[in-house]
Amino acid sequence: MEPQWTQALLKSRRRKATLLAIVLGAVVLMFYLVTVVKLGANIMQRAL
Amino acid sequence: MNISQTEPLLLSDDAHAGDYIALMKPRVMSLVIFTALVGMLMAPQTIPAMHPVLMLVALILIAAGAGASAVLNMWYEADIDAKMERTAARPIPSGRVLRGEALTLGICLAAFSVVSLGVLINYLSGALLLFTIVFYAWFYTMVLKRRTPQNIVIGGAAGALPPVIGWAAATNTLALEPFIFFLIIFLWTPPHFWALALIKNEDYKRVNIPMLPVVAGIKTTLWNILAYSLLLVGASALPYVLGFSGLLYMQVAMIMGAGFLTLAITTLLVRQKNKWAGGLFAYSIFYLFVIFSALLLDRGLA
Repeated sequence: MEPQWTQALLKSRRRKATLLAIVLGAVVLMFYLVTVVKLGANIMQRAL
Repeated sequence: MNISQTEPLLLSDDAHAGDYIALMKPRVMSLVIFTALVGMLMAPQTIPAMHPVLMLVALILIAAGAGASAVLNMWYEADIDAKMERTAARPIPSGRVLRGEALTLGICLAAFSVVSLGVLINYLSGALLLFTIVFYAWFYTMVLKRRTPQNIVIGGAAGALPPVIGWAAATNTLALEPFIFFLIIFLWTPPHFWALALIKNEDYKRVNIPMLPVVAGIKTTLWNILAYSLLLVGASALPYVLGFSGLLYMQVAMIMGAGFLTLAITTLLVRQKNKWAGGLFAYSIFYLFVIFSALLLDRGLA
């Protein structure tokens, strides 16, 4: 049987997907920032 | 027609984003974040000092671990939550979030927070966070809570650990100081929870949870509250007595402690449990916040 997608259901699903996207983005940013902080001054140690 | 009647779902359609946040008990989480921060800031500043970004990340991960514990607790307790007035509106018993969803979220959040804290900050704090989650979600929720009136006394150790994790995150070592903070929260938990249990006594009776007021009666509970309040006030003097906090903290601790004891004694004498126990419960939260703020303030001025 085909499920019926009401506007309310779609809206609620979209809101949850947005929340998940924000959380995932924040996790990526967190790992990036910690990596940079841990590299510290060594971030400049590379051939120019 | 509702979709949930026609096909198995991975995610509930009735849930709002807020329901998943409610599963993590955000008010408990705020106390965890605060006490973990105090543990971090009270730690001796190593050289180089902990980078503020790492501090923020550690706090977020400790909060995520606390959230995982709460989600797993709500997953396991859904049956009794549904029968209790205080908890019937929680996301799972009200049907907005599926039990399986909560279990998945809890396990993912627990694994993510523990591994990330271990890798990004240090293994000691990661191990302590893992211990805290297992202690709360398994030992307290599944073993103690439905078996013994000492449930929240022993289980309180989980809620008392965040300052120890914070200290470990900042220094990668343990010392006496964080365990004094642990002791203060550990002794604070029984009077805090029993005040709530007194108000919700009928609820706990109905679902056969052996909270102290259910098993031993109101009078015994009130005496126990007073006994733990005395121990708490004694323990709250330790940071000053052991010399890692100053007179400012000591004064605040004693004034706040006098308030705590006054409320405990009044509740015992008056025995209008609903009126006074509610006051004691509210005051206990305020008390813990003020005591730990005083520790920080004292350190800041020193």
